[in-house]
Amino acid sequence: MTGQPSLFLRIGLPLGFGIAVLVLWELFVVGFNIPRAILPAPSEIWAAIQRSTAILWVDWVQTVLKGALTGLLIGAVAGFVAALAIDRVDFLRRGLLPVANFVAALPIVGVAPIMVMWFGFDWQSKAAVVVVMVFFPILVNTLAGLAATDRMQRDLMRTYSASHAQTLTKLRLPAAMPFVFNGLKISATLALIGAIVAEYFGSPTKGMGFRISTEVGRLGIDMVWAEIAVSALTGTVLYGFVVLIERWVTFWHPSQRRGR
Amino acid sequence: MNRSVISASDLSLTFQTNDGPVHALKDVSLDIHKGDFVSFIGPSGCGKTTFLRVMADLEHPTGGSITVNGVSAAEARRNRAYGYVFQAAGLYPWRTIGGNIRLPLEIMGYSKADQAERVARVLELVELDGFEKKFPWQLSGGMQQRASIARALAFDADILLMDEPFGALDEIVRDHLNEQLLALWRRTEKTIAFVTHSIPEAVYLSTKIVVMSPRPGRISDVIDSPLPKERPLEIRDTPEFIEIAHRVRDGLRAGHGYDD
Amino acid sequence: MRRFGPVLVVVLTIFAIWYVGSFLMNRTWVMDQAARAGTEPGFTEVLRDTMNQDRAKLPAPHQVAAELYDGVVNKKVTSKRSLVYHGFITFQATMAGFALGIIAGVALAVAIVLSRFADLTLMPWAIISQTIPVVALAPMIVVLANAAGAGSLMVPKAIIAGYLGFFPILVSMVAGLRSPDGMQLDLLRTYGASPGQVFWKLRLPASLPYFFASLKIAVAASLVGAIVGELPTGAISGLGARMLIGSQFGNPMIMWSALFAAAILAALLIWIVSGIEKIAVRTMGGGQT
Repeated sequence: MTGQPSLFLRIGLPLGFGIAVLVLWELFVVGFNIPRAILPAPSEIWAAIQRSTAILWVDWVQTVLKGALTGLLIGAVAGFVAALAIDRVDFLRRGLLPVANFVAALPIVGVAPIMVMWFGFDWQSKAAVVVVMVFFPILVNTLAGLAATDRMQRDLMRTYSASHAQTLTKLRLPAAMPFVFNGLKISATLALIGAIVAEYFGSPTKGMGFRISTEVGRLGIDMVWAEIAVSALTGTVLYGFVVLIERWVTFWHPSQRRGR
Repeated sequence: MNRSVISASDLSLTFQTNDGPVHALKDVSLDIHKGDFVSFIGPSGCGKTTFLRVMADLEHPTGGSITVNGVSAAEARRNRAYGYVFQAAGLYPWRTIGGNIRLPLEIMGYSKADQAERVARVLELVELDGFEKKFPWQLSGGMQQRASIARALAFDADILLMDEPFGALDEIVRDHLNEQLLALWRRTEKTIAFVTHSIPEAVYLSTKIVVMSPRPGRISDVIDSPLPKERPLEIRDTPEFIEIAHRVRDGLRAGHGYDD
Repeated sequence: MRRFGPVLVVVLTIFAIWYVGSFLMNRTWVMDQAARAGTEPGFTEVLRDTMNQDRAKLPAPHQVAAELYDGVVNKKVTSKRSLVYHGFITFQATMAGFALGIIAGVALAVAIVLSRFADLTLMPWAIISQTIPVVALAPMIVVLANAAGAGSLMVPKAIIAGYLGFFPILVSMVAGLRSPDGMQLDLLRTYGASPGQVFWKLRLPASLPYFFASLKIAVAASLVGAIVGELPTGAISGLGARMLIGSQFGNPMIMWSALFAAAILAALLIWIVSGIEKIAVRTMGGGQT
């Protein structure tokens, strides 16, 4: 092993790989004369993005801002608060944790049609799907995090005869943060999936999922790829944003200590 | 002057386990006087740590009684009568060294100015001045343990309970910390209860050595040390020192029974 | 009993809340009907009517259970209305995707652990792949699979399932293959072992517990992928397709029974994979310490 690779390599290699894939894609499409209705070249997708920025923006606001992010915020806060409440009552913790763990593993996307039926076609139903999808990973991870302190650390707080609230704020919540962020990272990717899936069950005439399904029907495949590009960028940036906050909050955790 | 600080009479503690009851302590009686440095030594399972935890109200006796500062152990804990040092430093990785020492002060409601003054004072006491802004994981094991002692000294408790605090450190660091601890004890006139499994450490540090034996956990010998308060490391080569060490070893052998 | 008591209470409470929710959410419709008919129903009539609507906003638990029972037991397995039939379609895609995910996950993990170049180049893209909402990609995967000559929807569904399933395996396998510590590696070095021997005799065996631990998450993710893959792809069979059909016909019973069928399928898959994991751990001599 030759130690830590340089920043140049850590960014340059994956970036180079990405560019290489795009170039090969372009050459493949042009070289084999692949019809645009099957696979458009990256240059054509880029042209579509430039041509329809207004539509892409409207769709982005509808799906990401109103659907995914609202739902993510509500769901994450609800899951976190629920975890704190459940944690206070030992009976609830023993009863709800197995149930929540079980539910977290189920395909919760399936609630999408039900939410669309309950809350209508607009973004409220999309946010509702995201809330349900995000709630359980956050709940389960926060509960696990709150239980993650060891006996010695809790004994120490006892020797200070610290109150429940003091033990929570000074020991258990900081110790739970790496777990909470694990849940948040899972949730960030689920939020976009949930918001787009819900649009397949009905939406107003805007939104990324709506646009994708209608453009597939009209063989506007370059526009579909434009939406995919926007969603990919959004997903990556959202995830990266969560990772950045995680670095900042849990700087002390062994997995984050690199380069200190 | 010879006031009893900790007084145990006929103390028993039985743990119920799947393999039947375990008598961690049986009919233990002991008086610790103000300013004493008392070591508890014995093989694993002799109840020395359990005894210390009973004094700290981290474990509840099933028989007999114990008073700390003339009141029950629980009340003494609520009065924050003692500082406790664990086998591992157990510093919170998200707090700086200064922040860790401030932890008990925040919980006990000391004023901000008082906190800063005390942190500076105890850091100097354990020779860690200049490390206040460092994080625990940036320090060596020995330094971390010194910081944890500073944390126990920061508030006004005249009893210090130490559970094998130097057990995980190497011999050289340990010698150094033993010297420092003695100096600290002379200067602060605290009453110290110290659990160890090292005979030289017990003899070097203590005014009173309590030899314990397992199954059931009980006191098999109490040795009052004739060594002076002023003890350079070389005292370990004197005949007096070696004689006490002999007596401790005999006590350990008598109680041991060689069945493991 | 100490362990199951609280769980039982929680589950019963959920059912109770569900019934109360059914009553409250379905009452509006009952009252509207009554107002239209000019009648004034008593509480018991309202209660009865809220528990038995065909198009209830929130069907009561016993309705969902009856619909599930009907769809699983009363319909012939080959019937288009049998939940077993649709469940099996989704199950097939899940398994194909799961297999694909295992192969891709393990292969990528081996490449990443053995080659620093692959580590730096591929690992970031593996992470990015999971941040891209796969539902957006799904229709394109169908188009491309068809263009490449895949006859059925099974291939794109399996690819989508594998897309979600490979990641947990990749992450666990990378951790597992890297789990041997310096001392263990040094020991083999003192024997003069070749890199191949280090891999087969140390890294691979050390990674097996990690591998089996990741299977549960991978199979659950594959199922989500299979269901999601049925939504934008115009599928007419499979549990995801059932949900879509229920939504299009505004039939809540179809949606709820498909949702619960999917949940039961997930539970079965996780249970089976956990069983395999337990057996594997036992035969490898783990869990004894």
